[in-house]
Amino acid sequence: MERLLERKICLVTGAGRGIGRVIANQLASDGAVVYAADLVMDDMEPWAAEKSTECDTKIVPVVMDVTDTAAVKAGLMSIHKTEGRIDVVVNNAAIIQNQKLGMVTKPMLEKMFAVNVFAVIDMMQIVSRLMARTGGGSIVNIASITGVVGSPGQVAYSSTKGAVISATKSAAKELSPMQIRVNAVAPGIIKTERFEELYEASGDKIDQRISRIALGRLGTPQDVANAVAFLASDRASYISGHILGVDGCASI
Amino acid sequence: MTNLEKLNAIFCEVFGVEVSALGTEFDNKSVEGWDSVRQLSLTTAVEDTFDIMLDPEDILEFTSYDNAKTILGKYEIEL
Repeated sequence: MERLLERKICLVTGAGRGIGRVIANQLASDGAVVYAADLVMDDMEPWAAEKSTECDTKIVPVVMDVTDTAAVKAGLMSIHKTEGRIDVVVNNAAIIQNQKLGMVTKPMLEKMFAVNVFAVIDMMQIVSRLMARTGGGSIVNIASITGVVGSPGQVAYSSTKGAVISATKSAAKELSPMQIRVNAVAPGIIKTERFEELYEASGDKIDQRISRIALGRLGTPQDVANAVAFLASDRASYISGHILGVDGCASI
Repeated sequence: MTNLEKLNAIFCEVFGVEVSALGTEFDNKSVEGWDSVRQLSLTTAVEDTFDIMLDPEDILEFTSYDNAKTILGKYEIEL
């Protein structure tokens, strides 16, 4: 049986660790050729070699700063020249900093918008032109439930994710004539390595939030990866401009 | 086909004109129907044909036949 993303050419940003790494693993398991981008190479080479063999596909680690437009353009052109097309881009790279409103500094706010918003728009702008040449594609942006409902201590972060949601909806409308679908996944509370650290620092508050998750458990990076794989695939071929909550039916 | 002939063919195709119409006067002010949609069609065709990626600033400046030639020079496309 053919796999969900067999031979699709995919780029995942922020794939060096956390949710991005799990997304890259899932796309590879589904048969995609995965270009895994992150700021530093770190352990990406041995991981890519091992996973490529395991999934009988190709994972290519790429060092890419998503805020460097020239580097992004060169990276995308290189993939396009090598593979002949780019089918899927997952804009996962992001900065998360939680601060109360009174402690939000301008430099941090600018940095978060540079990575979480401007880089996503940049990527969509460049890759859509390449996708248009080959008849379309799928862009999946990683938003957040906080971008929809807000959250105390996340004024800066949630505003970047709200912007991602708006950009997703508008880009979907604009790129539909070129058969480019644009969707976003909006995770709720996901049990990542960073979450473990946060839990140690303020477990009581987090327990309160978990109690408001209707499905009664935290989300996992795999839950997010499953949603991304679906939206990336042809099974979502009539879905665009959608913000898919992966939040366990939460009300945070 | 030379690069200039390729560029001319794109302009002729996008604007539905003969090669003889192309020249220094051929710009977005004098050509009827040269709107933003037509301009994007033009730049997309140029990118496809010459296998380049124009910067957004260059797409905005793609407002005349002469500008097009100047911009292609920036991308080392010899005409």
